[in-house]
Amino acid sequence: MSWDPGRDVIEVIRAPKPGPARATFRAFAETLRGLKTTFARIIEGPTTIQYPEEKTPVYPRFRGRHKLHRFEDSDPAHPGLEKCVGCSLCAAACPADCIRVVSAENTPEHRVSAGERYAEVYEINLSRCIFCGYCEVACPFDAITMGHDYEMSAYDRDDLIFTKEMLLAEPLERTPLRREGE
Amino acid sequence: MTLSVVGYYEPWWIQIIKAIVIFAVALGILPLVIVYERKLIGRFQNRYGPNRVGPFGLLQPLAEIIKFATKEAFRPSTSVGVLFRLAPVISILTAVAAFALVPFGDVQHIFGTPVGLYGVDVSIGPLYLFAFGAVAFYGIMLGGWSSGSKYSFLGAMRGAAQLISYEVSQGLALVGVIFTAGTLSLTGIVHAQEGMWYVVPQFFGFLVFLIAGFAETNRAPFDLVEADAELVGGYFTEYGGTGWIAYMFAEYLNVLVVSGIVTTVFLGGWLLPFGIHPPGWVDPFVVLAKMFLIVTFFIWVRSTLPRLRYDQLMSFGWKILLPLATLNALVTAVLVVVTH
Repeated sequence: MSWDPGRDVIEVIRAPKPGPARATFRAFAETLRGLKTTFARIIEGPTTIQYPEEKTPVYPRFRGRHKLHRFEDSDPAHPGLEKCVGCSLCAAACPADCIRVVSAENTPEHRVSAGERYAEVYEINLSRCIFCGYCEVACPFDAITMGHDYEMSAYDRDDLIFTKEMLLAEPLERTPLRREGE
Repeated sequence: MTLSVVGYYEPWWIQIIKAIVIFAVALGILPLVIVYERKLIGRFQNRYGPNRVGPFGLLQPLAEIIKFATKEAFRPSTSVGVLFRLAPVISILTAVAAFALVPFGDVQHIFGTPVGLYGVDVSIGPLYLFAFGAVAFYGIMLGGWSSGSKYSFLGAMRGAAQLISYEVSQGLALVGVIFTAGTLSLTGIVHAQEGMWYVVPQFFGFLVFLIAGFAETNRAPFDLVEADAELVGGYFTEYGGTGWIAYMFAEYLNVLVVSGIVTTVFLGGWLLPFGIHPPGWVDPFVVLAKMFLIVTFFIWVRSTLPRLRYDQLMSFGWKILLPLATLNALVTAVLVVVTH
C-alpha cells in the first residue's frame, strides 16, 4: 500500500485570529496576568531551606548512617550490653562489601554483648556503603539499623571508616524527622 | 523666579563638587540596586537571593566587585586593543553623564549659596539625554565589534538596531510632555507638574516611554542584546573582570537614569501629591523613593516576561510603539493648540 499523505495530516482547528486591537489588548491583559502570577510568588514567600542552619527533615524509614545499638540500662536481663553478637551476617549480606567484623569470645570478667561472642572490631567503610539497608535486614538481633544522619562528608577517606565506638555513639546533632503528613 | 536662578550659572567649584557627588551617589546606589534586584528576583522565584555575605547579603556586590577587579585583564587575540578597552569606558561615562540630568530637587540654599540638586539643568534636557543615549550606543557597538568575536558582533548589531528603533518612540513619547509643559528644562517640566503629574494626561506617553526604556536599557523582555541563551552574553561576551563589570554598571546605571527620567517627566519629580510641601532637604528622598518604585517595576517585569523574538521586537517597536507615540504627540499638540 502506498503512502497517502492526505490521510495522515491532522487538521488543526484554531480559533479565528483576533484583529489588531483585540490582539493588542489580549497581549496587554496577558502581560498583566503574568505580572500577577509572579507577584503571587512573593506573597507565597521563599521555600528555600537554609541548609546548614535548617535541615531537610527525613522520613522515618530514611536510610542514613548506620547505628549500632545497646540494650537499655534498665533492661533486666542484660543491662547496657551491646546487641551485636559478632555473627558477621551483615558483612555477608553487604553487596558493597563495606562491613568488617572481627568477633571475640565473651568471658564472665569481660562481658560486652548479650550473646556468646561479641564484635571486637566492627567497621563500616562509608565511602563504599550504598545505603541499601541489607545489613539491617540480615541482623538477627536488630543490633544494626540505618539511622537518619545524612551529613557524612569528610576531607579524608580514612575518616569515612566508622568504627564501633562511632557507630554506637549517639549523633551529636539529631537529624530532624518529618512529621506525620508533612 | 525659580526658573531664573536655575542651574548652569553656578560657580565652577560648585559644579566640580556636584560632579563628584553625582559619581559618588551613582556608584553608591548601584551596588544597592544590584543586590536589591537579586534579592527581589529571588523572592519572585520562591527563594531568598543572596543573604550570606554581610548583614542580609548586603556585602554581596562588594565581594563580587573585589572578585572581578582582581581578575586577569585578558583580551582575545582577534580583538582591537584600544577600542576594546575604550568601549566600556564610553558606556559608563555616558551613563553617568545622563545621570547628571536627573533633578533630585529644586535650587536649595546650602550655607547661603544657591545650589541646584542636580548635575546640570540644561535648557535642552531630553535632547541631552538622547544625545548621550546615542553615544552610549557607541560603547555597545565598539565593544561588540572590537572583541573580534561573532557572538559579540551579533549582540552589538542587535543592540544597534534595537536602540535606534526604540529611541525614536522614546523621543516621541517625550514630545507630548514637552508640548504640555512648554519647556525642555527638566526642572521646568517638574514645576509644570504642580497640580497634576503628567502620568495622568500623558498616560500613553508614559507607557510608551517606559516600554521603550526597557528596550533602551537592554532589560528583559528586550534583552536580546545580551540574550545569554543564544549569544553567550551579547556584546560583552569577550569581556571579563573590570571590563565586564563596567558594562554591568553602565547597564544598571541606565536603569537608574530611565527611572529617574520617568520620575522627573511623568511622576512629578520631587513633588508630592495632595499639596504636601515638605522642606527642601526631603526632595531628593522623594525622587529616590519614586525611582525605587520604577526600579522595582523593572525587576518585576524582568522576572515575569520571557525574551521577545527578534522580529517581534522590531514589529512591536515600529508597528505599535511608534504609531502610538506619534498619535499621542499629535493629539497632545492639537489639544494644546485648542486650549490655549
